[in-house]
Amino acid sequence: MSLAAAIRSRDVSTLPSRRDEGWRWSELASVVRAAPPLAGAITVASGGGPFAELTADEEIVFANGQGDASPLVVEGERTVKLRFVTRADAAASLSAVSILVKAGGSLTLLESYEGEGEAYVADASLDIQLENGARMERIVVAEDAETAVSVSTAQVRLSANADYAQAVFATGAKRQRIETRVQHPGAGAALRMDGVYLVGGHRHADLTTAVTHAGVDGTTSQMIKGVAAGSGRGVFQGLIRVAHGADRTDARMRHDALLLSDKAEIDAKPELEIFADDVSCAHGNTVGALDDAAIFYARQRGLPLHEARVLLTEAFVGAVIERIEHPGAREVVAALAPRKLEALTC
Amino acid sequence: MLSIENLHVTVAEKAIIRGLSLNLPAGEVHAIMGPNGAGKSTLSYTLAGRDGYEVTEGSAVLDGVDLLSLNASERAAEGIFLSFQYPLEIPGVPALTFVRAALNAQRKSKGEPEISAPDFLKRAREVAGSLKMDFEMLRRGLNVGFSGGEKKRMEIFQMAMLQPRLAILDETDSGLDIDALRIVAEGVNALRAADRAMLVITHYQRLLDYIRPDRVHVLAGGKIVASGGPELALELEREGYDRYSKAAA
Repeated sequence: MSLAAAIRSRDVSTLPSRRDEGWRWSELASVVRAAPPLAGAITVASGGGPFAELTADEEIVFANGQGDASPLVVEGERTVKLRFVTRADAAASLSAVSILVKAGGSLTLLESYEGEGEAYVADASLDIQLENGARMERIVVAEDAETAVSVSTAQVRLSANADYAQAVFATGAKRQRIETRVQHPGAGAALRMDGVYLVGGHRHADLTTAVTHAGVDGTTSQMIKGVAAGSGRGVFQGLIRVAHGADRTDARMRHDALLLSDKAEIDAKPELEIFADDVSCAHGNTVGALDDAAIFYARQRGLPLHEARVLLTEAFVGAVIERIEHPGAREVVAALAPRKLEALTC
Repeated sequence: MLSIENLHVTVAEKAIIRGLSLNLPAGEVHAIMGPNGAGKSTLSYTLAGRDGYEVTEGSAVLDGVDLLSLNASERAAEGIFLSFQYPLEIPGVPALTFVRAALNAQRKSKGEPEISAPDFLKRAREVAGSLKMDFEMLRRGLNVGFSGGEKKRMEIFQMAMLQPRLAILDETDSGLDIDALRIVAEGVNALRAADRAMLVITHYQRLLDYIRPDRVHVLAGGKIVASGGPELALELEREGYDRYSKAAA
């Protein structure tokens, strides 16, 4: 049962536990032991959040779960901010939104999770559909409180020749999971699913993705980079399934993570399930420490140890950030990364 | 300027430098030549402060400052620059960003203000021009995909930008073709100055045709076994290191 459904029905007994394969590194059962009440209404001024400096055609705000729930329908070219703002203590915020990008339309979605408070539970559900030849770039910045439980789930359906790209920037919570499931028709559609997670303290971040290539001639490209410091835990679960007959699929998945402390942990499960004959698929997965030789090189030039580590870690995640197409969003994320890393690499 | 007395260094509990003494006055260029395994790279890493190079005895002093009590970044701020035999590739960090961060870190440690972006770029353009480097290369990830010669040129670029007091050039000639060698050597020669000393570490005499040393030292078995003028390099080229290796053993 989903987190939102459990809270609505006030029955948390069916929340995923360690025994649930897809949740074993991010189980919710032990961190949500009783259904919290729904958070009360709050007023959120427009124009805030991590993308405040960028201009958009529209801003949609869910404030403690309250917001305009009518579907967002995009024709032509649009930039939309979607803000999930939670300011609550020991209460729940449940949001749901659906997005339809019409044939030939183009959407840049600047999505933010802005959480303040203690021990809140936030759940966001997105239903995204791209019609023929539609394109969408989704940039997600998720900043939750360290004691929060925050789950975001997006279901994405692509049509022929659609172009969907997302970049998730997650900084963790007590549990923070950003899950994306994509139905990929092949048929000239292109998918990019990138992400960065940076976790320190006792934070946890989980980037889970699942893509099903159902037809011929589709591409998927994925680059995930993670950094775990302190007692932080990073989780990446990536599944690319290529259905029988989905020939000429080109799918590439990479996950690389840095462990900056002995107590930090990275759990990764990259999976390719290929049932078609004629495909080009690859995945790679590495977990390691910063390169001592590179640190010495930077220090030899005069950079103090801490700065050398920040610089090299920033460069490590920079490869993902460079792939963000929207220049303003790329700058926002590029500026956010060193601020977060500064705190992590102390 | 640099005074090394009876230096002993172990790496992974193996004694590599065994009683090395050397005086390098300001304004001079000294070459250190020696067979493979003599301790040439160990000497350069030890002076630069790399972890894992344990000094068990002796001292190394730069203008009155005890180098051995400083960490690698502090030594760099004191004016030590090591041109690496194998420069590192750092994907995602453009050379310009890297050098500017290094320069500002050094200035900060001296209580100086950061260099302004226009001043920095102006200087970088001048230096890149003098080394016949494509300025666009400096905007790409440091050394990523560079040839051996380009990497060495990038080392000299950094040296010229950072203006060290003591430059240690570790096998700067390795991997260079003759044109690259000439450009790199010209870059080094342009940095010769009355208040700067250089230690040129090399296996072959060839580099010393372009960078003329004031003194040549032979390093064998972890210590200096012979010192002389530039003619000593020519003698080594003719006769090899055998005589000194045997003497050291």
